[in-house]
Amino acid sequence: MNYLRYRILRVIPVFFLVTFASFALLNILPGDAADAILGGADSTDNTEGLAEAREALREELGLDRPIIVRYFSWLGGVVQGDFGDSYVQIAPVWELLVERLPVTIELLILSQFLALLIALPCGVYSALKADKAADRAIGTIAFGLVAMPPFLLAILLVFVFAVAWKIFPASGYFPIEEGLGQNLYHYIMPATVIGLLESPVLMRVLRVDLIATLQEDYIALARAKGMSTSYILFRHALRPSSFTLVTVLGLQFGFLLSGTVIIEQIFSLPGMGKLILDAIDNRDSMLLQGGVTLIALAYVGINLAVDMLYAVLDPRVGRSQGAGS
Amino acid sequence: MSDTALAPGDIGRLNEEKAEKGAWSRLGWVFWIAFGWVFLMSFSALFADLLGFQDPLKTDLRNTFSPMMSDGHLLGTDPVGRDMLARIIYGAQVSLQIAYTAPLISLVLGLTFGISAGYFRGKVDGTIGIFVDAILAFPNIIAIIAILYFLGATLFNMILVLGFFGMVGDLRVARANTILYAEREFVLAARAQGASHLRIMFKELLPNVMIPVLALAVIGMSRVIVIEGILSFLGVGLPPPTATWGKMISEGYTELSFAPHVTFLPAAAMFFTILSFNLIGDRLRTLTNAKTGQL
Repeated sequence: MNYLRYRILRVIPVFFLVTFASFALLNILPGDAADAILGGADSTDNTEGLAEAREALREELGLDRPIIVRYFSWLGGVVQGDFGDSYVQIAPVWELLVERLPVTIELLILSQFLALLIALPCGVYSALKADKAADRAIGTIAFGLVAMPPFLLAILLVFVFAVAWKIFPASGYFPIEEGLGQNLYHYIMPATVIGLLESPVLMRVLRVDLIATLQEDYIALARAKGMSTSYILFRHALRPSSFTLVTVLGLQFGFLLSGTVIIEQIFSLPGMGKLILDAIDNRDSMLLQGGVTLIALAYVGINLAVDMLYAVLDPRVGRSQGAGS
Repeated sequence: MSDTALAPGDIGRLNEEKAEKGAWSRLGWVFWIAFGWVFLMSFSALFADLLGFQDPLKTDLRNTFSPMMSDGHLLGTDPVGRDMLARIIYGAQVSLQIAYTAPLISLVLGLTFGISAGYFRGKVDGTIGIFVDAILAFPNIIAIIAILYFLGATLFNMILVLGFFGMVGDLRVARANTILYAEREFVLAARAQGASHLRIMFKELLPNVMIPVLALAVIGMSRVIVIEGILSFLGVGLPPPTATWGKMISEGYTELSFAPHVTFLPAAAMFFTILSFNLIGDRLRTLTNAKTGQL
């Protein structure tokens, strides 16, 4: 339990570091909310009393206060669920984020499901045929997939399935309220891209663990008792071998939160990633800050949950504590 | 050595000789193809101006989207009639310049912090650990896009930012290996002789920790190529008209059905370069793993 307490306590400085770093970054970089309100005006442009207007606005918004003060007043709001206001979109940041969040979460869930759908059979088959031709072939394809930048795979799939064969739409989004079928139909391509790119990692992990499990004595015993391969596989081997897989799946989920940015952009999905890219484009620093904070929180939360699960299930965990653990 | 029996030590020596002789062929032909591709790309990118490629910026609006093997353009032309071959080679300049520099920055940062964390443990390790967790929790691609968008996407800024965010992997491997080696006799011996911390870290730990981290750094090279591609594709990379693979791909993307080669040629160049770096890194990693296994 000492380990768990250590992990939980460590989340606090990490959270402060991430939020403060992004806050400081956005404040050091040129262009602030006052500039944004004044129509994205250049902060060095001083014509027609623009400078005075800007100063007045800064005072009104509290932008003239020191950065530390502003950070803590922003943080105080976050604790109460108030992420500040976007001056570009004239709306509370939290509302903007919550509106887009379901799109990204659906994409993540679907893509992870597809990744498992690909990785499970391939991983199991590879482990059963370890070092044989089939295993090598699967391994080679997986290696090729790893070398595929996400946007390249997206373009390739668009070319084959949207341009050449016209089976799936090249881009677009269909709200779930207007029909689940159409909604999923529009999700297939982007979810497949992420799923395909994720599957090699999952597959490799499963393969290694399963090969190790299949060499255990109790598997040999089950074989000696004359049980069929599929029975041994599904009743005895798969569960103890899927341990690392579940962990990796959890960690990938955290990573993907920001990894969906480019996929959402290519397929015009109105999710978090697209919102954040637009925020960068519009110099909407409050929205950007809110998005970064939410993703960081989710990442830290998922990691912590995975860690805790790991520590509860496997008592050996918790000996090493430090940068690599 | 007598004909009848081998002394126990001989077998080991024979194996060593075999290993010595096979060091090059042991890498496998796939490795050499990958190496050849990287060499070819690097060579033509480095000497692009001397090799007589066409001007990658010269537009020709009468000859847009010309197909491969067309008159005067081996790989055709892009949406504004610029020579594809020249743009792919000059695009390689950008990708490879980043690939050869940013991972070096990651390497230096990762080794410095990783060895310190693994050697001193305790508070130093804890602090660096928090720092690492924070970098991981920070949505990297968004941070990189934001920084470059606001600071300006110059090659120099890009290298610095990619180098910084790439250090985490190197740092973790450096730390883990430092912990392994810090307990070994040669480190104890150095300490007993009164060597300073800095000397132990530099002279004893660094050479040993370096090998696995270097293998990882090669894979870091393909990672930065991917990120540069993403940035260029999204339009936050180096500003036009500089040729970059990501931008070429996005320029062709709108006319994918009409002239797929405009998209797929730079895409292929990018894919094979990334694949090659991965293959080289993977091969080096298995070789160094085998080496540490024998110790």
